[in-house]
Amino acid sequence: MSTEAKQNTITPNTITIDGQEIPFKDGQTIMDAALAAGVYIPHLCHRPGLTPHGSCKLCVVDIGSRGVSFHNSDRRVQTKFSVDIDGRSVSACTTPAVAGQQISNNTPALNEVRKTITQMLFIEGNHICPSCEKSGDCTLQAMAYHLGMLDGHFPQFFPRREVDASHPTVMLDRDRCILCELCVRASREVDGKNVFAIAGRGITAHLIVNSSSGKLVDSDLETNDMAAHICPVGAILIKEHGYEVPIGRRTFDLHQVGEIGLEKVILAKVRHTDE
Amino acid sequence: MSPPIRTVTAEQVNAVIADAYSQSNHLLHILYALQQRFLHISHEAVREVASHLGLPISQVESVVEFYSFFYGTPRGRYNILLSNCTSCGYQAGGENLLHMLCHRLRVVAGKTRADGLVSIDETSCIGMCDHGAALLVNGMPITRLDASKIARIADLVETETPLANWPAEWFRIDDNIRNSSLLLKNDFAAGDGMRAMLARNIDGTLAEITQSGLRGRGGAGFSTGMKWKFCREAQGAAHYVVCNADEGEPGTFKDRILLHSHADAVFEGMTVCAFVIGAEQGFLYLRGEYRYLLPQLQAVLAHRRELGLLGSSILGQPGFNFDIEIVVGAGAYICGEESALIESLEGKRGVPRNRPPFPVTHGYLGQPTVVNNVETFAAAAHIALRGSTWFRAVGTEKSAGSKILSVSGDCAAPGIYEYPFGVSIQQVLDDCGAKDVQAVQVGGPSGTLINPVKFNRKLGFEDLPTGGSFMVFGQGRDLLAIIVNFAHFFAHESCGFCTPCRVGTTLLKNGLDKIASGHGTQYDLDEMKRMGALVKRRSHCGLGQTAANPILDSLQRFPHVFEQRLAHSNFEPYFNLDGALEEARQVTHRDDAAAHLK
Repeated sequence: MSTEAKQNTITPNTITIDGQEIPFKDGQTIMDAALAAGVYIPHLCHRPGLTPHGSCKLCVVDIGSRGVSFHNSDRRVQTKFSVDIDGRSVSACTTPAVAGQQISNNTPALNEVRKTITQMLFIEGNHICPSCEKSGDCTLQAMAYHLGMLDGHFPQFFPRREVDASHPTVMLDRDRCILCELCVRASREVDGKNVFAIAGRGITAHLIVNSSSGKLVDSDLETNDMAAHICPVGAILIKEHGYEVPIGRRTFDLHQVGEIGLEKVILAKVRHTDE
Repeated sequence: MSPPIRTVTAEQVNAVIADAYSQSNHLLHILYALQQRFLHISHEAVREVASHLGLPISQVESVVEFYSFFYGTPRGRYNILLSNCTSCGYQAGGENLLHMLCHRLRVVAGKTRADGLVSIDETSCIGMCDHGAALLVNGMPITRLDASKIARIADLVETETPLANWPAEWFRIDDNIRNSSLLLKNDFAAGDGMRAMLARNIDGTLAEITQSGLRGRGGAGFSTGMKWKFCREAQGAAHYVVCNADEGEPGTFKDRILLHSHADAVFEGMTVCAFVIGAEQGFLYLRGEYRYLLPQLQAVLAHRRELGLLGSSILGQPGFNFDIEIVVGAGAYICGEESALIESLEGKRGVPRNRPPFPVTHGYLGQPTVVNNVETFAAAAHIALRGSTWFRAVGTEKSAGSKILSVSGDCAAPGIYEYPFGVSIQQVLDDCGAKDVQAVQVGGPSGTLINPVKFNRKLGFEDLPTGGSFMVFGQGRDLLAIIVNFAHFFAHESCGFCTPCRVGTTLLKNGLDKIASGHGTQYDLDEMKRMGALVKRRSHCGLGQTAANPILDSLQRFPHVFEQRLAHSNFEPYFNLDGALEEARQVTHRDDAAAHLK
């Protein structure tokens, strides 16, 4: 390879996040580039290695305007075909990095939005932290602390959701499910199975199990599957290991949710008694 | 009418699946056949479908639960769905026809009567907005409902009279074309557009479409020529043409008229597109509410095959092979979003995809796909026949051609109005005989609420883009009730994929209900504004991004409709003590003063 060609391949494209210039490679999303550079963009449904999903919207960032202005009534044009139009809100985990993007991430306004979205996730389900064995290891809870959330703010929905305790080693408590589909993707993409799916729509959307009875026990889920361990909240739990690590020494007692590469720590933590 | 089905054997289920599968392998088609035959889709049926199609049980289950017209528990042999749209809904005439029908047939809305005879529920707009209050009975629309017709319907149901013996005129649907321009005025003979297209060849035809300035008629307004060009250039094993006939925006019914009376132009536009992009397969995705049009549309397709306008070597051109299949939806507004529509075509829940990539490069089955509106394809057929100059001669610089409006609500002559782009709201109001207008909802609930000082605004991509819904609200209307109706619509139709829309549309709905019931305060209005802004800016797709428009528009332009309902205190809890006693009142059959607080 000639020196010139080499220089071309190693001269990276860059995006700017909160004023910091960050390199990226072709095919990377804004989230990929940010995490590779050690910049934290809050996220719940994203996990490096799994197909980006873009549903929780914790990773919303604003891409700065290049002076494209639209009449207010043109909003449908903006919303349906927004890819080439700047001055917009996008999910960092699904939006390709494009050279020159000016991105706002860690700003008070965006963190306020994220706090509200986190509150929405809390109140649509039944999240009773003090009685949940995931407390201290829960990414949703850690996110709430990270964003300075002190209450649910909105009236609780108190939905009735089904608990599935049929499986010998894995517990499914839908009360705490945030529909991030990490288990859906982990089962499909890593475990090579297809144990979980989302059914229904709107506020009644819910996690279902791919088995003839709809119960976990009749699915091919096994204790060592990634899908059994990846849940960021206490919806999917390994039975009989919930209290081995005391409060005070749990993941987010020792770590900040914003630490880069924490996924490995979290997975190791929920697996350690099994391995 | 067949007797109630008590026990269903696996053989019966499999026979229905096999029969449906022989007609079409689309999951929606097979599930519809099961729903029709057994009045619901049981867990056992889900398992059989999954094994027959080689799909995960969970995928079939998730689809059954997603679409409004599929049910997990048996519906009545007469399944009646009343539209809840502000124009063709059960309260459009001032009376609550849903309550009336439920009362007469002794049914609780949403629950099947114990003898299995009848079930009654409400459904989102069924596109009969120029025909007064309307319902679907076993999929067939009956319009111009009033109290006396409701009473007769109840009698016919109670006596188990087959639908074929109901008064035929009840099922008559008119076109109601009041004003015609380019598409509705000019004749279109099947094949003429395609012969002109063949004379121009591919490049010439694409150039003509591009030069015409035609933009998508669904409301977004992307250049049709550009879309076809991108798709044509995209690499793929196959290319597809999809016609979006999932006309779900409340107050929109212009595609119904195009499909009913101008289907040849629509199919011809699809064929022109297929010729340009090199597609051999097309789909018309017809909304479930318009299923009654299916036999007629199938007949038009059959006729076109006879004429050599579909099939192999079309019009004698070797290698020009194309055919169209109609896939019918099952009650999901979100499937009007093009990537959700494609997911639905693929037999999945209608959840919008992440974009990019766009359908023009990664659409149906991951292949390059053009998705256009019904009206766009009809316009493309006319352009192929008459040329771009003919089209450009009408409309404005950035909005060439005409737009078909569905006018409904408080006016003397609701119906179809086709205008050159650039027409003012006032002009439309004058033509449809609307007087003492309080507000106009342009583009449906996801569009823009306009107050009288802005009636000089013009329809077109420069000012007010619209998919075609034009709802007129007179001074007598309770505008807040309309905003509440729209909020309920969006909460019901949210697919549930992203947090801002899934939770936000429900929060907005609950907040508006609180205000409308007289328990709201200034705090609640401030919360509406904050949540509305978040849902609008942070949602995944166009549904969430527009769901708060009616609330935000009306808070800005009609603040008094909220303020006059506010309770005179700074804060009122959501919890309503008297409301919480409702269940106890029902259980004890009491509704006297002593059973209420205050």
